[in-house]
Amino acid sequence: MLLTDLAQETYLAIKSNKVRSSLTILGIVIGIGSVIAMISIGKGTQKSIESSIQSIGSNLIIVSPSFQRNVGSSVSAGRGSAQTLTIDDAEAIANKVSGIKSIASDISKRYQITSKSKNTNTQVVGTETAYATVRNVTIDLGNFITDQDYKAQSKVAVLGPTTRDDLFGENVNPVGQKIKINKIEFKVVGVTKSKGGSGMNNQDDMVYIPLTAAKAYLSGDKYLSTISIESTDSNNLTIVQNQVSELLLDRHKIINADQADFQIMNQADIVATASSVTGTFTMLLAAIAGISLVVGGIGIMNMMLTNVTERTREIGLRKAIGAKRDDISNQFLAESIMLTFIGGVLGVALGWSVAQLISKLANISTDVSMDSVLLAFGVSALIGIVFGYYPAKRAAKLNPIDALRYE
Amino acid sequence: MIEFKKINKIYNTGDVETRVLKDISFKIDKGEFVAITGPSGSGKSTMMHIIGALDTPTNGKYFLDGHDVSKFTDDELADIRKDKIGFVFQSFNLLPRATVLRNVILPLIYSEIKPEQREEMAKKALFAAGLPEDRWNHLSNQLSGGQMQRVAIARALVNNPSLILADEPTGNLDTSTGEIVLNTFRELNRKDGHTIVLITHEADVAAYADRIIYLRDGVIINK
Ligand SMILES: Nc1ncnc2c1ncn2[C@@H]1O[C@H](COP(=O)(O)OP(=O)(O)OP(=O)(O)O)[C@@H](O)[C@H]1O
Ligand SMILES: [Mg+2]
Repeated sequence: MLLTDLAQETYLAIKSNKVRSSLTILGIVIGIGSVIAMISIGKGTQKSIESSIQSIGSNLIIVSPSFQRNVGSSVSAGRGSAQTLTIDDAEAIANKVSGIKSIASDISKRYQITSKSKNTNTQVVGTETAYATVRNVTIDLGNFITDQDYKAQSKVAVLGPTTRDDLFGENVNPVGQKIKINKIEFKVVGVTKSKGGSGMNNQDDMVYIPLTAAKAYLSGDKYLSTISIESTDSNNLTIVQNQVSELLLDRHKIINADQADFQIMNQADIVATASSVTGTFTMLLAAIAGISLVVGGIGIMNMMLTNVTERTREIGLRKAIGAKRDDISNQFLAESIMLTFIGGVLGVALGWSVAQLISKLANISTDVSMDSVLLAFGVSALIGIVFGYYPAKRAAKLNPIDALRYE
Repeated sequence: MIEFKKINKIYNTGDVETRVLKDISFKIDKGEFVAITGPSGSGKSTMMHIIGALDTPTNGKYFLDGHDVSKFTDDELADIRKDKIGFVFQSFNLLPRATVLRNVILPLIYSEIKPEQREEMAKKALFAAGLPEDRWNHLSNQLSGGQMQRVAIARALVNNPSLILADEPTGNLDTSTGEIVLNTFRELNRKDGHTIVLITHEADVAAYADRIIYLRDGVIINK
């Protein structure tokens, strides 16, 4: 049997069963489409998380407090809530560690914030002037916290754009207005530029105040939430990190580094961790979508088995006029592969459209990659072969006499 | 061309053993027009299936053009059918949603005949089978019984097989249409030298053949 004949037979067979073929194809379309869409959401999320990590600064090292680990215990307490880092630690780092371009400490906590008419609950970062350079914060309106504000414990606040939108409305210039953080009045002196990002990671939903003010009016103690360090060069990130670690261990009188009461992460670590998390997330989404693909495959098998039964006499006839086993099984296999192939093409189109729609409507970034398209094609062809194999073999094995006699 | 040597066909259905053909031996020469006849259930169709390499005997030897076909595998039998045999079935067995031409071309796709030659061959066969040209592009389920049988005959002829087997080819046709079909067979035998084996249980149909083989209860009773 020539390839062109096989193609023609396949085309005729699919055409003569339009409704059933379309429904079967639909199953594959939905399966492939959801795999593509899900992977695109996963990949998009991964990209946006990576870029928002990049947006928090370059050559960044972040030191945060953690509960001290006891020997033999492998349980790590959540970081951030412990009180082990102080302004003195930060000053010591600034003075003794080499390779630091700039350094900024912060005391951060979520507070209820009110303007005249509105209120929101957001992250309040008590910090110093250097924070803007270390963490890549740029100013849109007014100015960032100045050294003057820091020294004077001024009750001034710089708003992230999202916070500004929440408190004053979109595109309103709030500079000079008053807000209350935890019932204490602060004057708005600036608004930062948008960094993008969304959800829990939203870099735009922030309020910056002088660290001294946060310490005096809000937290009431000397403990820091994080110390952000920008190294002079991306090559000396680990060197700086090691120096900071040694210095802090020494200052906190801890001999065993495994029991450190702080955590140091550099940007590369954070990116790697986040990637592995979003990678798992993508896999999970794809696996869920994969289930519908399997269901679609079973649909193919069901249709092909019905086909074989319905066309038993035709199979008998084809054998009587000289078709070999392979001719018959190839014909049915080609049919199921053709169905999944059409389903694959339409499914990629559907998945792509859904991804576009999701990123438009739900504002979740999506990324349809060539990999996932190829993967979807591979998988759909595989499904055609796997689920078409059994019906095709069954057709090929039919005894021609029994088949011709079949009613 | 055809030689049966002590052919037996035994069916095992559950515990019961049915011996359908019993030690059958006979010969059919090239170019003969033979009718196999006998009462219903005597084993005619079973015998035709073996002659046509659709089935193999339980034991005994069957030589077709000197080859012992009784031991062939499925695919080897398919080759024999493809190259040497044309079937005409009582119930036509056309592909209902395909055109007449497509139906006649069908055997050619399994013999890997070049696509350019196929239509020519199919038209020649349809012409020989006597189907009017204005029907060639109809769907096969839009034809009358007599016309369908002609398409089936054309399909059997298209590969130019040396042996044509017809199982009750007139069973579904009225007498006059049946006569036309039978005359077509005789024509094919006389003019083109096809060997024809015709299966029927009607004496007047068998009379068209040059020789009649009577079968009763799986045994040949008269040659
Ligand atoms: N697959 C089978 N399993 C069991 N018995 C079978 C099978 N096929 C045929 N037989 C039996 O073999 C016998 C002969 O059948 P066959 O079809 O050859 O008869 P026939 O001579 O063609 O009859 P008719 O003129 O009615 O077509 C019958 O008794 C039938 O029951
Ligand atoms: Mg019969």
